[in-house]
Amino acid sequence: MSYSDKVIEHYENPRNVGTLDKADPSVGTGLVGAPACGDVMRLQIKVNDQGVIEDAKFKTFGCGSAIASSSLATEWIKGKTVDEAAAIKNSAIVEELNLPPVKIHCSVLAEDAIKSAIADYRRKQSDRRSSLDAARVGE
Amino acid sequence: MALQLPIFMDNHSTTPVDPRVLDEMLPYFSTKFGNAASRSHKFGWEAEAAVDSARTRVARLIGAKDGKEIVLTSGATESDNLALKGIAEYRKDQGNHLITTVTEHKAILDTCKRLEKSGYEVTYLGVGSDGRVDPDDVRRAIRPQTILVSVMLANNEIGTVQPLEEIGKITREREVLFHTDAVQGIGKVEFDVEKMNVDLASLSAHKMYGPKGIGALYVRRSRPRVRLVAEMDGGGHERGMRSGTLAVPLIAGFGKACELLTQEGRAESARLLALRERLRARIASQLDDVYVNGSLEHRLPGNLNLSFHFVEGEGLMMAIKDVAVSSGSACTSSSLEPSYVLRALGVGDELAHSSIRFGLGRFNTEEEVDYVADLVADKVSRLRELSPLYEMHREGIDLKSVQWVAH
Repeated sequence: MSYSDKVIEHYENPRNVGTLDKADPSVGTGLVGAPACGDVMRLQIKVNDQGVIEDAKFKTFGCGSAIASSSLATEWIKGKTVDEAAAIKNSAIVEELNLPPVKIHCSVLAEDAIKSAIADYRRKQSDRRSSLDAARVGE
Repeated sequence: MALQLPIFMDNHSTTPVDPRVLDEMLPYFSTKFGNAASRSHKFGWEAEAAVDSARTRVARLIGAKDGKEIVLTSGATESDNLALKGIAEYRKDQGNHLITTVTEHKAILDTCKRLEKSGYEVTYLGVGSDGRVDPDDVRRAIRPQTILVSVMLANNEIGTVQPLEEIGKITREREVLFHTDAVQGIGKVEFDVEKMNVDLASLSAHKMYGPKGIGALYVRRSRPRVRLVAEMDGGGHERGMRSGTLAVPLIAGFGKACELLTQEGRAESARLLALRERLRARIASQLDDVYVNGSLEHRLPGNLNLSFHFVEGEGLMMAIKDVAVSSGSACTSSSLEPSYVLRALGVGDELAHSSIRFGLGRFNTEEEVDYVADLVADKVSRLRELSPLYEMHREGIDLKSVQWVAH
């Protein structure tokens, strides 16, 4: 397996590696994949009041293409609105990183990780709104 | 001497030709180019003499009585095919059952699959967590219809050495033929076709510092005299078992490679074992959660197969790209299935994905071992900082308790 220059570049200098506080209501966490399948991605977003992703972090267990796909995903979603980020397709990642067919699942996983982080963020927001509403009703 | 990169530590996949082997081969490309089957002139006689000498050298290495028992082939895959299909067809009136193990090379397993499609039955014996087959399992699996047992000498991924002597006693007692794919263990661990009652053995030159494209099938000539049906029809070379003009330069090199191992194999194995243990100790002193796959006791001296927990094998290979090793990770294969050998040991899929095979050989040095150990330790630490699994492990989360969403 020979890697494209872009995969190698992301692999050697991964962007946005790290951890955000998953208890923070403005943080959404996506954990996708499985150790038994050889890849697990955790992607986190921190969303500001305008609905813009102001920070993103990842950690990935996987091959070079999986690490590069998640690194690229965090780079792309930073500064985008949640809706814009949700529209990112795996095919764009495949194209950007020049992934061979056997590595397409890495890009699928990165797309899933973004969607899963957004879903977690939205769930937290709606839980929060309903608890605020409940608090207001109780006033 | 300064360390040269890249470093080759994948000597189970292939080995470089020893310079002494190359010297032996060269005249047979140019001045001594005759066809070994030409019986009427000096060119032919010269080539035939070279082939006969090589046969004797191969025979001596494996304890065979006679060079005539060495059938030259293109390599071990052909030898495995010839042994299994050749015996199955020759003995089809006596029975239709073969016995092998789940950790064999694909050249055995896929040949067995093909035989099953044409009406034969195959028993695939499991192995213990140390990678070894239990000889009593072989005994229990033998039926009246059993015509052949095939068990490898040493495994290509985990280096596990199988108890051939015990198995050979059983097959001889039950009058079943015994084949072994001896490719990985020849010249490295004890192997003797007489002592082990082996009837057929597959060999390959390029795993023992000889050239690619040449190998042999040892076929016992007496007690019992083994007969098989040829796959390749033609001029009746190799006592009718394998037609085709002999590749004299390759055969001469194969013979020389065998001679070198007969003379130096024991000392070389001791040196490789010391290097292997140096590599293992130096990695273990720097990293936690590293596991050895397969038996340490019954193991090829140059083999070290390690799982680095929380790190994926292909990702690690990319990080140590100046070191040639291999991985049991799915990602290195096109099938996306992790190594069937590691699975057979009961190593979980997760640790199979985290495995790296180091294959030490004749030309590796202590300096290389130290460099590789330190590089691996450094890169594993870096990849663990990138691994969500490592973070969860440190937080005390049991990874087995997590509901993973497989994709």
